[in-house]
Amino acid sequence: MVVYMLYGVATLVVLAPVAIALGALRRSIGAVSSVVYGVSLIVTLMLSTIALLSLFEHSQAISVTILPLGLPWLGAHFRIDALAAFFLVVVNLGGAAASLFALGYGRHDDSPGRVLPFYPAYLAAMNLVVMADDAFSFLVSWEFMSLTSWALVVSHHQVRENLRAGYIYLLMASFGTLALLLSFGLLAGSSGNYAFDAIRATHASGGLAAMVLILVLVGAGSKAGLVPLHAWLPLAHPAAPSHVSALMSGVMTKVAVYGFVRIVFDLLGAPAWWWSMPVLAIAGVTTVMGVLYALMEHDLKRLLAYHTVENIGIIFIGLGLALAFKAHGMALAAALALTAALFHVFNHSVFKSLLFFGAGAVLNATGERDMEHLGGLIHRMPQTAFVFLVGCVAISALPPLNGFVSEWLTFQAILLSPQLPSWGLKFLVPAVGALLALSAALAAACFVKAFGVSFLGRARTPAAAQAKETDSNSLAAMYFLAALCLVAGILPGYFIDALAPVTKSLVGFSMPHQAGVEWLSIVPIAESRSSYNGLLVFVFVVLSGSIAAFTIHRFASDKLRRAPAWDCGYPDPSTATQYTASSFAQPIRRVYGTAVFLAREIGEMPPPGATSPARLTVELRDLIWDAAYAPLAAAIDYAAEKLNYLQFLTIRRYLSLVFAALVLLLLVLAIWQ
Amino acid sequence: MIRELAFQAAQMLVVLALSPLLTGFVRKVKARLLRRQGPPLLQPYLDLIRLMRKDVVLANNASWLFRAIPYIVFAGTWVAASLVPTFRSGLVFSWSADLIAIIALLGSARFFLALAGLDVGTSFGGIGSSREVMIASLAEPAMLMIVFTLALVAGSTQLSTMAAYMASSEVGLRVSLGLALIALIMVAIAENARIPIDNPATHLELTMVHEAMVLEYSGRHLALIELSAALKLLLYVSLVGCVFTPWGIATSGAGLQAVAAGVIAYLAKLTAGGLLLALFETAIAKMRVFRVPAFLGAALMLALLATLLRFVSGSF
Repeated sequence: MVVYMLYGVATLVVLAPVAIALGALRRSIGAVSSVVYGVSLIVTLMLSTIALLSLFEHSQAISVTILPLGLPWLGAHFRIDALAAFFLVVVNLGGAAASLFALGYGRHDDSPGRVLPFYPAYLAAMNLVVMADDAFSFLVSWEFMSLTSWALVVSHHQVRENLRAGYIYLLMASFGTLALLLSFGLLAGSSGNYAFDAIRATHASGGLAAMVLILVLVGAGSKAGLVPLHAWLPLAHPAAPSHVSALMSGVMTKVAVYGFVRIVFDLLGAPAWWWSMPVLAIAGVTTVMGVLYALMEHDLKRLLAYHTVENIGIIFIGLGLALAFKAHGMALAAALALTAALFHVFNHSVFKSLLFFGAGAVLNATGERDMEHLGGLIHRMPQTAFVFLVGCVAISALPPLNGFVSEWLTFQAILLSPQLPSWGLKFLVPAVGALLALSAALAAACFVKAFGVSFLGRARTPAAAQAKETDSNSLAAMYFLAALCLVAGILPGYFIDALAPVTKSLVGFSMPHQAGVEWLSIVPIAESRSSYNGLLVFVFVVLSGSIAAFTIHRFASDKLRRAPAWDCGYPDPSTATQYTASSFAQPIRRVYGTAVFLAREIGEMPPPGATSPARLTVELRDLIWDAAYAPLAAAIDYAAEKLNYLQFLTIRRYLSLVFAALVLLLLVLAIWQ
Repeated sequence: MIRELAFQAAQMLVVLALSPLLTGFVRKVKARLLRRQGPPLLQPYLDLIRLMRKDVVLANNASWLFRAIPYIVFAGTWVAASLVPTFRSGLVFSWSADLIAIIALLGSARFFLALAGLDVGTSFGGIGSSREVMIASLAEPAMLMIVFTLALVAGSTQLSTMAAYMASSEVGLRVSLGLALIALIMVAIAENARIPIDNPATHLELTMVHEAMVLEYSGRHLALIELSAALKLLLYVSLVGCVFTPWGIATSGAGLQAVAAGVIAYLAKLTAGGLLLALFETAIAKMRVFRVPAFLGAALMLALLATLLRFVSGSF
């Protein structure tokens, strides 16, 4: 299996220089982009099929290959077990959808030459991270993934904002890799055997394991976007072209989750009782902060990026609970929590890609990302509006779509946690549960805003009023993902069963088999305890809605007249009298924002008789940036300024400095012994 | 099986048929408490029929979504209301959604209704929607924490199991249940747009929330939305009745006599619920909209405290 996967990845890697060569041969850029995205589509489809097969049919079999690359005494190990297979499905399914979308979307790119070579390389890198089976190949692939995605982020470097986003991304990515490098160094120990098999065989002890856990949380967490390491994410994800944004938000953050799961659940050995606590605390804060940031945002793509932060928090809540249950020997509960987390990984990759595609289609049709300049798009782009709405309902965790199922499973896992013996967790878990519930409600508010302001109402600019429906390839990709949202929502049993081998390999237990349950409902523990049937709920809602529509139209009235809007008798033709994204969020800003963002509204009223306009300014402060990033950046700047002095010395001074350093080191050595 | 399906169908029809009556009853009692004559008890039915027979007057730029939303909201609320045990528990499809799913289903209905407020692009619709989601952002987590408390007491999120457990003698008086009851009543008042959060009887007032959101609806669309609001009120009264006063609910194996007793008990609970609601609404004044977060924040804290107590010790 792994050999076939590597062939696919090699094809993608080769595709990158081919794209450059074709570009150099001055082929029409449309043809090159069709070749690149077409081949990427076929390859990722094949790769996801192989990954699905290895997840289902050979669920217990593990396939290993060692290539003579990398460190000479180590080689490059690649391996596919159940966990890797699941994440490969996520990566390649997202990749396939993005490639299909890009077949249409990519044609509109104004500088495709900067995107095309890096795109297949980026896909290949994400595959390699998941398949890597030694620390060296893992880190090299991880860096490769970071660099290719950085290149894609700065592909539109004419915009100053994108350059800044790319710079911050590069810094944070290197910082994250450094943390991972150190954690692997600690794991491999003094023997320096970097193969995962060897690491798995040795068990890290208390203090060492704790340091590894913290480093992984920093390394993988910064890539995934855990608060407070999220700062780069809402800058970098929206800067890339939309199909790449979808990959970065929907897929690359999942590769980071994979890194965390691989190291903490697989390599690090049995968890200690307290490991789950930092994970849960950070995850709880991440969910609520992510959605609050998103609510304050009126750039559509940046709103979606902030929402990724929230969903990563939900995933890490599941992972934290699984760690807690695993540490206390509650295998069934651990399997439930881990299934919830992994199912949410899949779900989020599906609906976040869908939403970014929708935002891309809107960007293409109007040239606008700012929601305050959109509106009324449902009339001009009805199909995009429909699929975007499906994505909004799914991400808001509303039944009967898929987002609800994974959150429901997480809630069920939380309800099992009073049996945990540790006191710290007894207080932490309900608090995290409340944060999760809060974030779910806020997410719904956020997507009412996102959909309502961009697609409903009246067009706020001529660009929005003249938008055109997007092309059929892009629509096909979006319909495919929307269908997946529905299928995973109404038939979750099959998806949960597919995750069984993964949880079995990581926590030694899996959830009860769901496919045989009557009426295709899902029953996590026992029917008397809890059950949910998305299919029946969906059928009931559709049936009762149709019956109501039929009865009323048949027996009461089906007449309809069009007239100007009522608006309590004061309709105003100006589109500026509509609610905007900022005014929609105003009540929520007032309730939460004053504490979290120190939000202030400053109203300037001119004196009576003056003709100057009145102004209302809203001030928000990003406290995390102000408290953590800004002082750090200032300190580095200050140090660099001072050290700059060293660049302009005479040769004599340099020589004396070297001499002094030598003497100092010798002295240290002498005293040491 | 046929018998079971008949019971399920009966439940769906009972909630649909009774909900306008409950609304009319609350209005009547409120009017009598103010020494007014008040509209007849059956007025809501007549209103619904009148609205259904009228033409729909649709704003020029209303989209297809605006026309679909009344049916979505009605279907979601109706299904949710049919899943709460009323006169008989353990119905055939009762396991298809537990209490969390019922709350989420109501959340779906609210999500779409808030979208409808934004569709025509008027300022009144926007003000209603934005306030509705602000209220929901506090009410929904409070409700989920209440569900957590109840689920931890009864060991199940399934309403039928919960009702059976609450009717048994092993419950007793518990601090957490008391806190949850208070929180649930506060949330129910907010969710149903009752005084002191919102006033179902006003129009043209800057504090209004729900009515502003549905201002552009008319005819059969408005009828469906009013019916959904009535169903939601009935749902919350049934929910309080089924969890906190589970007496008289017929179990799944019981005979017709028990079912008849269940129906009488249910009607008695609705009457009591309606009376108490009317009394409370008459006794209290409407709040300013930015006092609402404090009210609902208190509900959230009470519910969180109840859950914490359950986590700390099983005996609370």
